[in-house]
Amino acid sequence: MSSTIEPPRLGHKTWREKVGLAEMLKGGVIMDVVTPEQARIAEDAGAVAVMALERVPADIRRDGGVARMSDPEMILEIKSVVTIPVMAKCRIGHFAEAQILEAIEVDFIDESEVLTPADEENHVDKHVFTVPFVCGARNLGEALRRCGEGAAMIRTKGEAGTGDVVEAVRHMRTIMSQIRSVQNAREDELYVLAKEHQAPLDMIRTVHETGKLPVPNFSAGGIATPADAALMMQLGAETVFVGSGIFKSGDPARRAKAIVESVLFHKDPKRLAEISRNLGEPMVGINCSSLKPDEQMAGRGW
Amino acid sequence: MPPTVGVVAIQGDFSKHVEAIRSCSPDTKLFEIRTPEDLDQVTHLIIPGGESTTVGLLMQRYGLGEAIIKRVQQRSLAVWGTCMGMILLAKSVENHDQYRLGLLDITVRRNAFGTQVHSFEDETDIDGLDSPVMGVYIRAPIVTEWGPMVKILGKYQGQVVAARQENVLGTSFHPELTDDTRMHLWFLSFPVPES
Repeated sequence: MSSTIEPPRLGHKTWREKVGLAEMLKGGVIMDVVTPEQARIAEDAGAVAVMALERVPADIRRDGGVARMSDPEMILEIKSVVTIPVMAKCRIGHFAEAQILEAIEVDFIDESEVLTPADEENHVDKHVFTVPFVCGARNLGEALRRCGEGAAMIRTKGEAGTGDVVEAVRHMRTIMSQIRSVQNAREDELYVLAKEHQAPLDMIRTVHETGKLPVPNFSAGGIATPADAALMMQLGAETVFVGSGIFKSGDPARRAKAIVESVLFHKDPKRLAEISRNLGEPMVGINCSSLKPDEQMAGRGW
Repeated sequence: MPPTVGVVAIQGDFSKHVEAIRSCSPDTKLFEIRTPEDLDQVTHLIIPGGESTTVGLLMQRYGLGEAIIKRVQQRSLAVWGTCMGMILLAKSVENHDQYRLGLLDITVRRNAFGTQVHSFEDETDIDGLDSPVMGVYIRAPIVTEWGPMVKILGKYQGQVVAARQENVLGTSFHPELTDDTRMHLWFLSFPVPES
Protein backbone atom coordinates (compact mmCIF):
# COMPACT_ATOMS: atom_id res chain seq x y z
CA MET A 1 0.00 0.00 0.00
CA SER A 2 1.35 3.45 -0.88
CA SER A 3 1.95 5.89 1.95
CA THR A 4 -0.54 8.47 0.67
CA ILE A 5 -3.82 8.08 -1.17
CA GLU A 6 -4.76 10.31 -4.09
CA PRO A 7 -7.76 12.40 -3.06
CA PRO A 8 -10.24 13.54 -5.71
CA ARG A 9 -10.53 17.05 -7.16
CA LEU A 10 -7.05 18.14 -6.18
CA GLY A 11 -6.61 21.87 -6.47
CA HIS A 12 -10.25 22.61 -5.77
CA LYS A 13 -11.00 23.73 -2.24
CA THR A 14 -14.30 24.71 -0.81
CA TRP A 15 -14.60 27.44 1.77
CA ARG A 16 -15.66 24.74 4.25
CA GLU A 17 -12.41 22.81 3.86
CA LYS A 18 -10.32 25.95 4.35
CA VAL A 19 -12.23 27.33 7.33
CA GLY A 20 -12.50 23.74 8.62
CA LEU A 21 -8.79 23.62 9.41
CA ALA A 22 -9.07 26.95 11.24
CA GLU A 23 -11.91 25.40 13.30
CA MET A 24 -9.62 22.50 14.25
CA LEU A 25 -7.04 24.96 15.61
CA LYS A 26 -9.45 26.62 18.06
CA GLY A 27 -8.64 26.66 21.74
CA GLY A 28 -4.93 26.25 21.15
CA VAL A 29 -1.59 28.01 20.84
CA ILE A 30 0.29 28.56 17.57
CA MET A 31 3.99 29.12 18.16
CA ASP A 32 6.69 30.84 16.08
CA VAL A 33 9.72 28.57 15.59
CA VAL A 34 12.97 29.17 13.72
CA THR A 35 14.61 25.71 13.91
CA PRO A 36 13.48 22.04 13.84
CA GLU A 37 14.54 21.76 17.52
CA GLN A 38 12.21 24.60 18.49
CA ALA A 39 9.43 23.00 16.43
CA ARG A 40 9.82 19.79 18.45
CA ILE A 41 9.76 21.70 21.74
CA ALA A 42 6.56 23.45 20.58
CA GLU A 43 4.86 20.19 19.56
CA ASP A 44 5.89 18.47 22.81
CA ALA A 45 4.49 21.40 24.78
CA GLY A 46 1.11 20.99 23.06
CA ALA A 47 1.15 23.64 20.31
CA VAL A 48 -1.67 23.10 17.77
CA ALA A 49 0.50 24.42 14.93
CA VAL A 50 3.85 26.09 14.37
CA MET A 51 4.75 29.14 12.30
CA ALA A 52 8.05 28.40 10.56
CA LEU A 53 10.17 31.49 10.00
CA GLU A 54 13.82 32.51 9.82
CA ARG A 55 13.62 35.22 12.46
CA VAL A 56 11.02 35.84 15.14
CA PRO A 57 9.45 39.33 15.00
CA ALA A 58 11.65 40.61 17.86
CA ASP A 59 14.74 39.88 15.75
CA ILE A 60 13.18 41.30 12.58
CA ARG A 61 12.61 44.48 14.59
CA ARG A 62 16.19 44.52 15.88
CA ASP A 63 17.84 43.73 12.52
CA GLY A 64 15.83 46.10 10.34
CA GLY A 65 16.14 45.83 6.55
CA VAL A 66 13.69 44.01 4.29
CA ALA A 67 11.96 41.00 5.86
CA ARG A 68 10.91 38.38 3.28
CA MET A 69 9.45 34.88 3.06
CA SER A 70 11.71 32.30 4.74
CA ASP A 71 13.95 29.90 2.81
CA PRO A 72 11.73 26.99 1.67
CA GLU A 73 14.50 24.63 2.78
CA MET A 74 14.14 25.61 6.45
CA ILE A 75 10.32 25.41 6.22
CA LEU A 76 10.61 21.90 4.75
CA GLU A 77 13.03 20.88 7.51
CA ILE A 78 10.50 21.98 10.11
CA LYS A 79 7.68 20.21 8.25
CA SER A 80 9.69 17.00 8.34
CA VAL A 81 10.00 16.88 12.14
CA VAL A 82 6.43 17.63 13.33
CA THR A 83 2.98 16.13 12.71
CA ILE A 84 1.02 19.27 13.62
CA PRO A 85 0.17 21.82 10.88
CA VAL A 86 2.99 24.08 9.72
CA MET A 87 2.29 27.69 8.74
CA ALA A 88 4.58 30.15 6.99
CA LYS A 89 4.48 33.87 6.21
CA CYS A 90 4.42 35.70 2.89
CA ARG A 91 4.66 39.45 2.42
CA ILE A 92 1.42 41.43 2.03
CA GLY A 93 0.44 41.30 -1.63
CA HIS A 94 3.32 39.00 -2.62
CA PHE A 95 1.32 36.30 -4.39
CA ALA A 96 4.45 34.70 -5.89
CA GLU A 97 5.79 34.00 -2.39
CA ALA A 98 2.37 32.55 -1.58
CA GLN A 99 2.52 30.33 -4.68
CA ILE A 100 5.91 29.01 -3.55
CA LEU A 101 4.59 28.31 -0.03
CA GLU A 102 1.62 26.48 -1.56
CA ALA A 103 3.97 24.46 -3.79
CA ILE A 104 5.85 23.16 -0.74
CA GLU A 105 2.48 22.37 0.87
CA VAL A 106 2.50 24.44 4.02
CA ASP A 107 -0.84 23.98 5.81
CA PHE A 108 -1.65 27.69 6.24
CA ILE A 109 -0.17 30.92 4.84
CA ASP A 110 0.03 34.03 7.01
CA GLU A 111 -0.06 37.11 4.77
CA SER A 112 1.74 39.09 7.41
CA GLU A 113 2.50 42.67 8.32
CA VAL A 114 5.54 41.35 10.21
CA LEU A 115 7.29 41.05 6.84
CA THR A 116 7.94 44.10 4.66
CA PRO A 117 4.87 44.66 2.43
CA ALA A 118 5.31 43.96 -1.29
CA ASP A 119 2.21 45.84 -2.43
CA GLU A 120 0.84 48.99 -0.82
CA GLU A 121 -2.63 48.71 -2.38
CA ASN A 122 -3.53 45.08 -3.01
CA HIS A 123 -3.50 42.07 -0.76
CA VAL A 124 -3.17 38.56 -2.22
CA ASP A 125 -6.34 37.24 -3.91
CA LYS A 126 -6.67 34.30 -1.56
CA HIS A 127 -9.67 32.69 -3.31
CA VAL A 128 -7.50 31.33 -6.11
CA PHE A 129 -5.31 29.35 -3.71
CA THR A 130 -5.82 25.78 -2.48
CA VAL A 131 -4.06 26.49 0.81
CA PRO A 132 -5.97 28.57 3.41
CA PHE A 133 -4.74 32.02 4.54
CA VAL A 134 -4.71 33.88 7.83
CA CYS A 135 -4.49 37.70 7.83
CA GLY A 136 -4.07 40.33 10.51
CA ALA A 137 -6.64 42.99 11.34
CA ARG A 138 -6.99 45.96 13.68
CA ASN A 139 -10.70 46.55 13.22
CA LEU A 140 -13.84 44.99 11.78
CA GLY A 141 -13.55 46.61 8.37
CA GLU A 142 -10.01 45.36 7.86
CA ALA A 143 -11.02 41.86 9.02
CA LEU A 144 -13.98 41.73 6.60
CA ARG A 145 -11.95 43.07 3.67
CA ARG A 146 -9.52 40.20 4.23
CA CYS A 147 -12.41 37.71 4.43
CA GLY A 148 -13.74 39.17 1.18
CA GLU A 149 -10.36 38.41 -0.41
CA GLY A 150 -10.65 34.83 0.86
CA ALA A 151 -8.91 34.72 4.27
CA ALA A 152 -10.03 31.62 6.24
CA MET A 153 -8.85 32.94 9.60
CA ILE A 154 -8.37 36.39 11.09
CA ARG A 155 -5.95 37.32 13.84
CA THR A 156 -5.69 40.61 15.63
CA LYS A 157 -2.40 42.22 14.67
CA GLY A 158 -1.29 43.52 18.03
CA GLU A 159 2.29 44.74 17.78
CA ALA A 160 4.52 41.77 16.97
CA GLY A 161 7.91 41.34 18.56
CA THR A 162 7.27 43.67 21.49
CA GLY A 163 6.01 41.38 24.25
CA ASP A 164 3.59 44.23 25.04
CA VAL A 165 -0.03 43.06 24.87
CA VAL A 166 -1.60 46.53 24.74
CA GLU A 167 -2.12 46.66 20.96
CA ALA A 168 -3.55 43.12 20.80
CA VAL A 169 -6.06 44.18 23.46
CA ARG A 170 -6.91 47.38 21.58
CA HIS A 171 -7.51 45.46 18.32
CA MET A 172 -9.58 42.69 19.91
CA ARG A 173 -11.74 45.13 21.86
CA THR A 174 -12.25 47.22 18.73
CA ILE A 175 -13.30 44.24 16.62
CA MET A 176 -15.60 42.80 19.28
CA SER A 177 -17.34 46.11 19.99
CA GLN A 178 -17.78 46.82 16.27
CA ILE A 179 -19.27 43.34 15.84
CA ARG A 180 -21.77 44.10 18.60
CA SER A 181 -22.79 47.37 17.00
CA VAL A 182 -23.32 45.72 13.59
CA GLN A 183 -25.28 42.92 15.25
CA ASN A 184 -27.58 45.42 16.98
CA ALA A 185 -28.14 47.64 13.94
CA ARG A 186 -31.41 47.71 12.01
CA GLU A 187 -31.49 45.84 8.67
CA ASP A 188 -31.80 49.10 6.75
CA GLU A 189 -28.65 50.48 8.41
CA LEU A 190 -26.38 47.72 7.09
CA TYR A 191 -25.71 49.54 3.80
CA VAL A 192 -24.22 52.55 5.48
CA LEU A 193 -22.34 50.32 7.95
CA ALA A 194 -20.74 48.56 4.97
CA LYS A 195 -19.71 51.98 3.68
CA GLU A 196 -18.38 53.13 7.06
CA HIS A 197 -16.38 49.96 7.67
CA GLN A 198 -15.30 49.82 4.01
CA ALA A 199 -16.35 46.18 4.06
CA PRO A 200 -18.30 43.96 1.62
CA LEU A 201 -22.06 44.15 2.28
CA ASP A 202 -22.54 40.36 2.37
CA MET A 203 -19.85 40.11 5.08
CA ILE A 204 -21.56 42.87 7.11
CA ARG A 205 -24.82 40.90 6.78
CA THR A 206 -23.14 37.73 8.07
CA VAL A 207 -21.83 39.60 11.11
CA HIS A 208 -25.30 41.10 11.69
CA GLU A 209 -26.95 37.67 11.60
CA THR A 210 -24.37 35.65 13.57
CA GLY A 211 -22.70 38.18 15.87
CA LYS A 212 -19.34 36.72 14.83
CA LEU A 213 -16.73 37.14 12.14
CA PRO A 214 -17.40 34.82 9.16
CA VAL A 215 -14.19 32.92 10.06
CA PRO A 216 -12.42 32.04 13.34
CA ASN A 217 -10.97 35.02 15.19
CA PHE A 218 -7.54 34.46 16.73
CA SER A 219 -5.18 36.82 18.52
CA ALA A 220 -1.53 37.72 17.97
CA GLY A 221 1.08 40.37 18.57
CA GLY A 222 2.61 40.86 22.01
CA ILE A 223 1.44 37.83 24.02
CA ALA A 224 4.26 36.80 26.38
CA THR A 225 2.75 35.22 29.52
CA PRO A 226 -0.03 32.76 30.48
CA ALA A 227 -1.96 35.72 31.88
CA ASP A 228 -1.69 37.55 28.52
CA ALA A 229 -3.09 34.46 26.76
CA ALA A 230 -5.93 34.16 29.29
CA LEU A 231 -6.72 37.88 28.84
CA MET A 232 -7.00 37.56 25.06
CA MET A 233 -9.16 34.43 25.33
CA GLN A 234 -11.52 36.17 27.76
CA LEU A 235 -11.75 39.15 25.40
CA GLY A 236 -12.96 36.86 22.61
CA ALA A 237 -9.91 35.26 20.95
CA GLU A 238 -10.47 31.66 19.89
CA THR A 239 -6.77 30.74 19.81
CA VAL A 240 -3.56 32.67 20.42
CA PHE A 241 -0.40 33.05 18.38
CA VAL A 242 2.76 33.44 20.45
CA GLY A 243 5.69 34.73 18.43
CA SER A 244 8.77 35.97 20.19
CA GLY A 245 7.26 35.40 23.65
CA ILE A 246 8.32 31.77 24.00
CA PHE A 247 11.74 31.37 22.47
CA LYS A 248 12.93 34.79 23.66
CA SER A 249 12.17 33.81 27.28
CA GLY A 250 14.44 32.16 29.83
CA ASP A 251 12.86 28.69 29.79
CA PRO A 252 10.99 28.18 26.47
CA ALA A 253 9.78 24.58 27.03
CA ARG A 254 8.26 25.45 30.36
CA ARG A 255 6.72 28.70 29.21
CA ALA A 256 5.30 27.02 26.10
CA LYS A 257 3.55 24.37 28.22
CA ALA A 258 2.25 27.00 30.61
CA ILE A 259 0.74 29.11 27.82
CA VAL A 260 -0.95 26.02 26.33
CA GLU A 261 -2.52 25.25 29.73
CA SER A 262 -3.51 28.86 30.29
CA VAL A 263 -5.62 28.82 27.10
CA LEU A 264 -7.44 25.69 28.29
CA PHE A 265 -8.09 27.13 31.77
CA HIS A 266 -8.41 30.79 30.74
CA LYS A 267 -11.47 31.28 32.96
CA ASP A 268 -10.02 29.57 36.05
CA PRO A 269 -7.80 32.01 38.06
CA LYS A 270 -6.77 29.37 40.63
CA ARG A 271 -5.36 27.12 37.95
CA LEU A 272 -3.82 30.12 36.17
CA ALA A 273 -2.01 31.03 39.38
CA GLU A 274 -0.60 27.50 39.56
CA ILE A 275 0.34 27.57 35.86
CA SER A 276 2.09 30.96 36.14
CA ARG A 277 4.47 29.98 38.96
CA ASN A 278 8.23 29.73 38.43
CA LEU A 279 8.36 30.17 34.68
CA GLY A 280 11.70 31.97 34.67
CA GLU A 281 12.36 35.23 32.85
CA PRO A 282 9.78 36.39 30.31
CA MET A 283 11.02 38.13 27.16
CA VAL A 284 12.27 41.59 28.03
CA GLY A 285 10.00 43.35 25.59
CA ILE A 286 9.55 46.84 24.23
CA ASN A 287 6.94 49.25 25.49
CA CYS A 288 4.65 49.91 22.50
CA SER A 289 4.20 53.56 23.40
CA SER A 290 7.96 54.08 22.89
CA LEU A 291 7.75 52.94 19.23
CA LYS A 292 7.95 55.61 16.53
CA PRO A 293 5.19 55.43 13.90
CA ASP A 294 7.55 53.91 11.32
CA GLU A 295 8.54 51.21 13.81
CA GLN A 296 4.98 49.97 14.16
CA MET A 297 4.11 46.92 12.08
CA ALA A 298 0.35 47.01 12.70
CA GLY A 299 -0.10 49.96 10.33
CA ARG A 300 0.89 47.77 7.38
CA GLY A 301 -2.13 46.41 5.51
CA TRP A 302 -4.94 48.24 3.76
CA MET B 1 -33.17 7.37 30.42
CA PRO B 2 -32.47 10.10 27.84
CA PRO B 3 -28.82 10.57 26.90
CA THR B 4 -26.75 13.30 28.53
CA VAL B 5 -24.07 14.50 26.14
CA GLY B 6 -20.57 15.80 26.79
CA VAL B 7 -18.21 17.28 24.23
CA VAL B 8 -14.50 17.24 25.07
CA ALA B 9 -13.67 20.96 25.06
CA ILE B 10 -9.93 20.90 25.54
CA GLN B 11 -9.12 22.08 22.03
CA GLY B 12 -10.54 21.83 18.50
CA ASP B 13 -13.93 22.30 16.84
CA PHE B 14 -15.99 21.32 19.90
CA SER B 15 -18.33 24.28 19.44
CA LYS B 16 -19.44 22.80 16.09
CA HIS B 17 -20.52 19.57 17.82
CA VAL B 18 -22.33 21.59 20.48
CA GLU B 19 -24.21 23.47 17.74
CA ALA B 20 -25.04 20.21 15.94
CA ILE B 21 -26.51 18.58 19.08
CA ARG B 22 -28.44 21.76 19.95
CA SER B 23 -29.98 21.86 16.49
CA CYS B 24 -30.92 18.16 16.18
CA SER B 25 -31.86 17.46 19.79
CA PRO B 26 -32.60 20.77 21.56
CA ASP B 27 -33.80 19.16 24.80
CA THR B 28 -30.68 17.07 25.33
CA LYS B 29 -28.56 18.10 28.31
CA LEU B 30 -25.15 19.14 27.04
CA PHE B 31 -21.85 19.74 28.87
CA GLU B 32 -18.35 20.85 27.90
CA ILE B 33 -15.84 18.38 29.31
CA ARG B 34 -12.34 19.34 30.44
CA THR B 35 -11.65 17.50 33.69
CA PRO B 36 -12.47 14.01 35.12
CA GLU B 37 -15.17 15.56 37.37
CA ASP B 38 -16.96 17.02 34.33
CA LEU B 39 -17.35 13.50 32.95
CA ASP B 40 -19.49 12.20 35.83
CA GLN B 41 -22.68 13.73 34.48
CA VAL B 42 -22.65 12.36 30.90
CA THR B 43 -23.67 9.11 29.16
CA HIS B 44 -22.52 10.03 25.64
CA LEU B 45 -19.18 11.68 24.93
CA ILE B 46 -17.97 13.27 21.69
CA ILE B 47 -14.26 13.83 21.09
CA PRO B 48 -14.08 16.49 18.34
CA GLY B 49 -11.58 17.34 15.62
CA GLY B 50 -8.41 19.14 16.65
CA GLU B 51 -4.78 18.30 17.21
CA SER B 52 -4.34 14.86 18.75
CA THR B 53 -0.92 15.55 20.24
CA THR B 54 -2.23 18.66 22.03
CA VAL B 55 -5.43 17.10 23.35
CA GLY B 56 -3.72 13.79 24.21
CA LEU B 57 -1.14 15.62 26.26
CA LEU B 58 -3.74 17.60 28.23
CA MET B 59 -6.06 14.58 28.67
CA GLN B 60 -3.16 12.72 30.18
CA ARG B 61 -1.93 15.60 32.33
CA TYR B 62 -5.34 16.29 33.89
CA GLY B 63 -6.60 12.71 34.19
CA LEU B 64 -9.51 12.95 31.74
CA GLY B 65 -8.11 10.15 29.58
CA GLU B 66 -8.07 7.67 32.44
CA ALA B 67 -11.56 8.63 33.50
CA ILE B 68 -12.88 8.00 29.97
CA ILE B 69 -11.17 4.60 29.79
CA LYS B 70 -12.68 3.60 33.14
CA ARG B 71 -16.21 4.63 32.17
CA VAL B 72 -16.08 2.76 28.85
CA GLN B 73 -14.77 -0.36 30.58
CA GLN B 74 -17.67 -0.11 33.04
CA ARG B 75 -19.96 0.07 30.00
CA SER B 76 -21.47 3.32 31.26
CA LEU B 77 -20.27 5.62 28.47
CA ALA B 78 -20.68 5.73 24.69
CA VAL B 79 -17.92 7.61 22.84
CA TRP B 80 -17.71 9.04 19.32
CA GLY B 81 -14.48 10.50 17.97
CA THR B 82 -14.32 12.54 14.76
CA CYS B 83 -10.95 12.79 13.00
CA MET B 84 -8.64 13.62 15.94
CA GLY B 85 -11.17 11.91 18.21
CA MET B 86 -10.78 8.69 16.25
CA ILE B 87 -6.98 8.93 16.50
CA LEU B 88 -7.25 9.29 20.29
CA LEU B 89 -9.62 6.32 20.52
CA ALA B 90 -7.35 4.03 18.47
CA LYS B 91 -5.28 1.23 19.91
CA SER B 92 -2.30 2.23 17.79
CA VAL B 93 -1.10 5.04 15.55
CA GLU B 94 1.22 4.28 12.61
CA ASN B 95 4.73 5.70 12.87
CA HIS B 96 3.97 7.94 15.80
CA ASP B 97 4.28 7.32 19.49
CA GLN B 98 1.60 9.45 21.12
CA TYR B 99 -0.93 9.25 23.92
CA ARG B 100 -4.14 7.42 23.05
CA LEU B 101 -7.08 5.87 24.85
CA GLY B 102 -6.91 2.47 23.09
CA LEU B 103 -10.68 1.91 23.29
CA LEU B 104 -11.17 1.07 19.61
CA ASP B 105 -9.17 -1.90 18.35
CA ILE B 106 -7.87 -0.18 15.22
CA THR B 107 -4.62 1.15 13.80
CA VAL B 108 -4.86 4.61 12.26
CA ARG B 109 -2.66 6.46 9.82
CA ARG B 110 -2.58 10.20 10.51
CA ASN B 111 -2.77 12.71 7.63
CA ALA B 112 -3.38 9.74 5.33
CA PHE B 113 -4.43 11.89 2.38
CA GLY B 114 -1.55 14.36 2.84
CA THR B 115 -1.24 17.96 4.07
CA GLN B 116 -3.99 20.59 4.10
CA VAL B 117 -3.82 21.22 0.33
CA HIS B 118 -5.10 17.63 -0.05
CA SER B 119 -8.09 18.09 2.27
CA PHE B 120 -11.38 17.48 0.43
CA GLU B 121 -15.06 16.67 0.76
CA ASP B 122 -17.08 14.00 -1.01
CA GLU B 123 -20.10 11.78 -0.52
CA THR B 124 -19.43 8.82 1.75
CA ASP B 125 -21.67 5.79 2.30
CA ILE B 126 -22.27 4.79 5.92
CA ASP B 127 -23.88 1.48 6.90
CA GLY B 128 -27.31 2.07 8.37
CA LEU B 129 -27.93 5.45 6.69
CA ASP B 130 -30.25 5.40 3.67
CA SER B 131 -28.21 7.94 1.69
CA PRO B 132 -24.56 9.06 1.78
CA VAL B 133 -23.26 11.77 4.10
CA MET B 134 -21.04 14.61 2.83
CA GLY B 135 -17.70 13.61 4.29
CA VAL B 136 -15.47 16.60 5.06
CA TYR B 137 -11.90 15.26 5.32
CA ILE B 138 -9.39 17.70 6.82
CA ARG B 139 -5.85 16.34 7.17
CA ALA B 140 -7.84 13.19 7.82
CA PRO B 141 -6.72 9.83 9.21
CA ILE B 142 -7.81 6.40 7.90
CA VAL B 143 -8.12 3.01 9.57
CA THR B 144 -5.46 0.61 8.25
CA GLU B 145 -5.98 -2.41 10.54
CA TRP B 146 -8.77 -3.56 12.84
CA GLY B 147 -9.52 -6.35 15.30
CA PRO B 148 -12.29 -8.99 15.21
CA MET B 149 -14.61 -6.98 17.51
CA VAL B 150 -14.61 -3.98 15.18
CA LYS B 151 -17.37 -3.40 12.66
CA ILE B 152 -16.41 -1.43 9.56
CA LEU B 153 -19.20 1.06 8.82
CA GLY B 154 -17.88 3.13 5.95
CA LYS B 155 -15.26 3.21 3.25
CA TYR B 156 -14.12 5.95 0.92
CA GLN B 157 -12.31 4.81 -2.24
CA GLY B 158 -11.61 1.50 -0.54
CA GLN B 159 -10.17 3.12 2.62
CA VAL B 160 -11.86 2.57 5.98
CA VAL B 161 -13.21 5.88 7.32
CA ALA B 162 -15.78 4.75 9.92
CA ALA B 163 -15.55 1.95 12.50
CA ARG B 164 -17.45 0.88 15.60
CA GLN B 165 -16.69 -1.46 18.50
CA GLU B 166 -19.68 -1.80 20.81
CA ASN B 167 -20.39 1.75 22.02
CA VAL B 168 -17.23 3.30 20.65
CA LEU B 169 -17.44 4.96 17.22
CA GLY B 170 -14.74 6.59 15.13
CA THR B 171 -15.06 8.57 11.90
CA SER B 172 -12.29 10.11 9.76
CA PHE B 173 -14.53 12.95 8.61
CA HIS B 174 -16.44 15.81 10.25
CA PRO B 175 -20.27 15.61 10.17
CA GLU B 176 -20.28 18.56 12.60
CA LEU B 177 -19.07 20.86 9.80
CA THR B 178 -22.20 20.14 7.71
CA ASP B 179 -25.90 20.72 8.39
CA ASP B 180 -26.60 16.97 8.19
CA THR B 181 -27.15 15.78 11.78
CA ARG B 182 -28.06 12.14 11.05
CA MET B 183 -24.77 10.87 12.49
CA HIS B 184 -25.33 12.86 15.69
CA LEU B 185 -28.87 11.53 16.10
CA TRP B 186 -27.67 7.99 15.46
CA PHE B 187 -24.92 8.34 18.08
CA LEU B 188 -27.46 9.59 20.64
CA SER B 189 -29.37 6.34 20.09
CA PHE B 190 -26.42 4.18 21.22
CA PRO B 191 -27.65 2.28 24.29
CA VAL B 192 -25.66 2.72 27.49
CA PRO B 193 -26.73 -0.21 29.68
CA GLU B 194 -25.03 0.73 32.97
CA SER B 195 -25.99 4.41 33.07
